[in-house]
Amino acid sequence: MTPIGEREPESVHEHRPLRPETNFASAKIAIFQYAAVGVFVLLVARFWDLQVKNPGVYQERAEQNRIRAIPVPAPRGRILDRDGRIIVDNHSSYTLLLNRENLKTAHLKEIADGLDLDYDQLVARLEKFKRRPSYEPVVIKEELTPQELEFVDSHRDPGTFPELMLIKAQRRLYPRDGLGAHAIGYVGEVSEAELDSPDFAKYEQGEIIGKDGLERQYNDTLMGVDGQRRVVVDNMGREREVLDDKPAVPGHDLQTTLDLDLQVVAELGLGDREGAVVALDPRTGEVLAMVSKPEFDPNMFSARIKTKDWSALVQNPDKPLLNRAIQAQLAPGSTFKPLMAMAGLETGVIDDGFRVHCSGGASFYGRWFKCWQKHGHGEVDVHRGIVQSCDVFFYTVGNKLGIDRIAQYAEMAGLGHKTGVDLPHEADGIMPSTRWVMRNYHRKWYAGETISVSIGQGAVAVTPLQLASAIGGIVEGGVWKTPHLVRDPMHAVAFRKGDLKPENVAQVIAGMYGVVNEGGTGGSARLPGIAVCGKTGSAQVASNELVKSLKGSKLAGSLKDNGWFVGFAPRDNPEIVVVALVQGGMHGTVAAPIVRDVLKAYFDKRARQMQPLPELAWMRVPAPAPPAAPRKPEPATPPAEADMEDH
Amino acid sequence: MATYRSIRDYDWVLLIVAFAICAVGVLQIFSATLDTPWRDAWWKQVMWIGLGVLLMWFSASIDYHTLLARVPWLYALSILGLVSTFIIGRRAYGSQRWIGVAGVRLQVSEFVKLVIILLVARYLSDLKTERLEPRDLLKLGGLIALPMLLVVKQPDLGTALTYLPILVVGVFLAGLKWQHAVILVASIALILPAGYYVLRDYQKERLLSFLDPSRDPRGSGYQVIQSEIAVGAGGIWGQGVTRGTQTQLRFLPVPHTDFIFSAFAEEHGFVGVVVVMGLYFLLLMQIVQNAQTAPDRAGLYICMGIGALLLFHLLVNVGMVVGRMPVTGIPLPLMSSGGSNILSVFMMLGLVNNVRLRRFVN
Repeated sequence: MTPIGEREPESVHEHRPLRPETNFASAKIAIFQYAAVGVFVLLVARFWDLQVKNPGVYQERAEQNRIRAIPVPAPRGRILDRDGRIIVDNHSSYTLLLNRENLKTAHLKEIADGLDLDYDQLVARLEKFKRRPSYEPVVIKEELTPQELEFVDSHRDPGTFPELMLIKAQRRLYPRDGLGAHAIGYVGEVSEAELDSPDFAKYEQGEIIGKDGLERQYNDTLMGVDGQRRVVVDNMGREREVLDDKPAVPGHDLQTTLDLDLQVVAELGLGDREGAVVALDPRTGEVLAMVSKPEFDPNMFSARIKTKDWSALVQNPDKPLLNRAIQAQLAPGSTFKPLMAMAGLETGVIDDGFRVHCSGGASFYGRWFKCWQKHGHGEVDVHRGIVQSCDVFFYTVGNKLGIDRIAQYAEMAGLGHKTGVDLPHEADGIMPSTRWVMRNYHRKWYAGETISVSIGQGAVAVTPLQLASAIGGIVEGGVWKTPHLVRDPMHAVAFRKGDLKPENVAQVIAGMYGVVNEGGTGGSARLPGIAVCGKTGSAQVASNELVKSLKGSKLAGSLKDNGWFVGFAPRDNPEIVVVALVQGGMHGTVAAPIVRDVLKAYFDKRARQMQPLPELAWMRVPAPAPPAAPRKPEPATPPAEADMEDH
Repeated sequence: MATYRSIRDYDWVLLIVAFAICAVGVLQIFSATLDTPWRDAWWKQVMWIGLGVLLMWFSASIDYHTLLARVPWLYALSILGLVSTFIIGRRAYGSQRWIGVAGVRLQVSEFVKLVIILLVARYLSDLKTERLEPRDLLKLGGLIALPMLLVVKQPDLGTALTYLPILVVGVFLAGLKWQHAVILVASIALILPAGYYVLRDYQKERLLSFLDPSRDPRGSGYQVIQSEIAVGAGGIWGQGVTRGTQTQLRFLPVPHTDFIFSAFAEEHGFVGVVVVMGLYFLLLMQIVQNAQTAPDRAGLYICMGIGALLLFHLLVNVGMVVGRMPVTGIPLPLMSSGGSNILSVFMMLGLVNNVRLRRFVN
């Protein structure tokens, strides 16, 4: 009757347990007791299930609750100019991560709404990370605004979205207005397609890598190694205890050969016009400035770029992502003529005494080829040919040389091949020859085509950097140093040597000096006190490739003549060669002032640096290098004073 | 016997078991509130227990027949008290169920339980029929429905539901024709789905997330999941006092009140759970034993009503902790931190002793 081992106190046993009045309920009380036993058995059985049968499962879940792996992103190295001035820096910002261990898909919609994220993209992004272990959180938003921070802070509690994790991260900070954007490139998260390619196999889903420019080329130097911290957190996500801490290893700074002063002058010189400017030290191959316009803002990429911004960039008919300095392949026009003169003189096809009569045009192979000067130049020798840019003179030289000898010298100067500059996606350019047409078009070369090539038209196409390198090598007497933006301290700069006679080099230089200083086509590049040499060029059509790629855009505009100017200084022992390209600029005279300004900036700066403080005059040589710029190159030759007072 | 009211005649087994449970509760409150704003809750609990013992003695002293005679007055007072919560009540945790008395907040609905127990006991013991007539059932049901509705309105569905087992067990003991029982069960089955629509949104949410905890892990589903994790992580021997991470890092919601048994299970494991559940079982059986030895029907109904109420509390609270019951927010008797519940449970124990002390009268 009294079930389950109930013990009654002694006193109770002396009396009958049930009285008549309460007898009626005895059976029902027993039922109640059995029901109570049933309740207790069920509850204890449930505790047995949870605590004894597989406690490991719950202990693990409790661990997951409290232990959180927090990534510590390594800051990328900074990018510096040749004087150690910072071009690309980092700034701290907040990055939001999603902890996938306690993620509820139902929350995503609200999270996406609260943070101005695209819901479908967010879902797709999580899908991408399915292969990664779930204790690794996923970055869902970078550079949080104060409003977004507030949203995260007020929704991080366990009752709302405990999966939200906030970390501090160093983000890329690029110069404003896209300064040097094309040379520097940008960073972004490694893409699915990249991960599948062998070059990117070493990266992992979600990593931020250099995507273009120097950021990509020197990614291994710039990129650090991310750390990780394992912490105990409470239900509010607050850190209570650090279990272990693997610190991040920051990336190395990258010192470039770029000179911010020249870069800024070049950017301003080109302004809003489409084109490119390249400044090169021909003695070393160091690139001092590299501009391409229109520019883009790499800061857009430093946070995760929105699809709409990305498509706007890619679909922009002006192709702002194209680095025209190394990727635009255009006919060089008359800037090709110094090369022609060089080839003519070196092969002996022409000499000092060689004369051509220009009457405003000439007939070759049954076709009339015009000179740009309708009324003709009259008697023209090689010097005047360059100075006046006489087409008829170079038609004749080209006709005598033949395409293959032109190609031989052009290729010696580096045309038709990548310069090997340390930037990704450099274009080859085109230098046609009989072999080239045979290989690409399976046909013979028509001698008439040589006439167009002689003045830098027809199939020949160069990039601004190629032109700068080619002319720079010639004026250095036939030594073409591989252009580069970062000096490799372990290896000497690679170079190609051509066998050029000094008197021929001097002849070509004299011609280019005349272009600027003797009433030639490049008078607007003249600088007082500095012996500037140069050559204008206006190229009638864009290369076939580019026309195709720009098809459907402002076609008319892109078919306008391109203005070129290649200039260098000083005349003796040139230190800098600058190429400016103004697309649709009609004539090289529009490009010449840009080159002049860059040259002026270069020589002004050098003069400033050479000007010693009076009391320090005695310790002038060697000039102390600024500590921030350990790799600052010493001038290879002392400044030639004679050059500076000339003219 | 002149000594029938001596202190020795109290049910000491019952009291020792109750004090043991209270001690476990105080220890667990201390552990669960370490480093929190409630860190002095364990001391408050001790004070409440002291006051509870006083009230227990008080409610054991007045002959329960005298109390039964005052039921109409007590009932009127209850209704008045419940109505007054709407007027002068304090709002907290989204519900208005407390009134301030002498600087402390008391939950009126907790004390109404005692009145309901007495009400049922008086009503059923006054009946002289062999079986309960439907008319009486309706009358009694109506008398209980009024305070229930007032409590639901606060809103506090959990506490309102605790009035039901008193009625159910009383009616069961009084005897009900099985046809009437069938009709009763059937009509409740019909009313329940309809009742779903009058529930508040958060109540629906709780019910749904009880049926599927992963459905809404941020609300009550989250609480249930965290509670199950805490219980499971306890294992056989537990994590040790103040060592349960679910409790200490506050993943467990309200670990010193409604989810105290979850915190206890995490820190003391299955062994601790079996010990405390054993104590509760002993407590319950001791109350039932007092019902069996009651001098009259009224005493039996009082003890059984208390037993039914405590069993219901255990089932719903512990069931919630292990994910077998929806989150209703009703406390675990004698363990959960909170004054009103401690006082009302000790007063119930006082009533049980009241019945026991008077068993030799006739």
